[in-house]
Amino acid sequence: MNWHELFRADILPHLKSGDWLTLLFGGIGVVLLALTLWSGELADRAIIRSGGKIFREVPLSRDQQIAVPGPLGTSIVTIEKRRARISSDPSPRQYCVRQGWLQQAGEVAVCLPNEVSVELTGSRKKYDSLNY
Amino acid sequence: MTASTIKLDSTAEDHHIARMAAVALGLAVLENAIPSPLPGVKPGLANIVTLIVLARYGWRVAAWVSLLRVVAGSLLFGNFLAPGFFLSLSGAALSLIVLAAAQHLPSRWFGPVSHSIYAAFAHIAGQMAVVYLWLIPHAGIAYLIPIFAGAALVFGTVNGLIAARFMNLKSQPP
Repeated sequence: MNWHELFRADILPHLKSGDWLTLLFGGIGVVLLALTLWSGELADRAIIRSGGKIFREVPLSRDQQIAVPGPLGTSIVTIEKRRARISSDPSPRQYCVRQGWLQQAGEVAVCLPNEVSVELTGSRKKYDSLNY
Repeated sequence: MTASTIKLDSTAEDHHIARMAAVALGLAVLENAIPSPLPGVKPGLANIVTLIVLARYGWRVAAWVSLLRVVAGSLLFGNFLAPGFFLSLSGAALSLIVLAAAQHLPSRWFGPVSHSIYAAFAHIAGQMAVVYLWLIPHAGIAYLIPIFAGAALVFGTVNGLIAARFMNLKSQPP
């Protein structure tokens, strides 16, 4: 028996219209999942800047803590579970610390008086949270 | 002193459920021998039995057969109460919950193939939930979801077709 016969005799009779609909939506769902989860929107690298220059570029896959020197003192950047945050900073208002975890590509935390920033990047460059 | 015997009263339905679970178990053992390209991607042949039992004898019997297969299968493979057991259990449990709803779809338009696809998606969702909440709490597993979902769609369709064809053969003998 060839494929065409198999299809006509054994597959077609068992598929009702709702089954085709289920198949169609299932297929669309899988494609959408692949597009959203594989598009590189999830960040995979963190760029740490100090005084406007790139201090280090680290992958998010390894959990670590990085001490970044600035004019006011040392800021601590924490990488954990594919997320990054500034866990301590000598700046008076602590905006970048309170910003919390960064996870998506394009998210940025900036500690201004200390001139330290963390930016997350994915596989392709998209808009960041500062320019819309 | 006389030896005491414990006698369990078993009904014909109990025997029937046990037989069906044994068939599902046989398919699970058979499938364990098939090499898989990625751990976790399996055809789930035992679910063919669950689908047929669901269509023939209703959800209660299907739940018994499915859960018995998970527990007895784990004893057979030696992973009772190990992570693999809880993966099977969560997958089977969520599939059964979804099948409880899916069986009420109008049978004029929806057949075993639809039931099978919904159950396969529920199965992988239950497993991924256990994996993420307990075994690997890491966002990186999101990259595997499309592969598992694609496999669920393909194997769900194939299992549903096998179940539908089997029931067709039984209901109208040549």
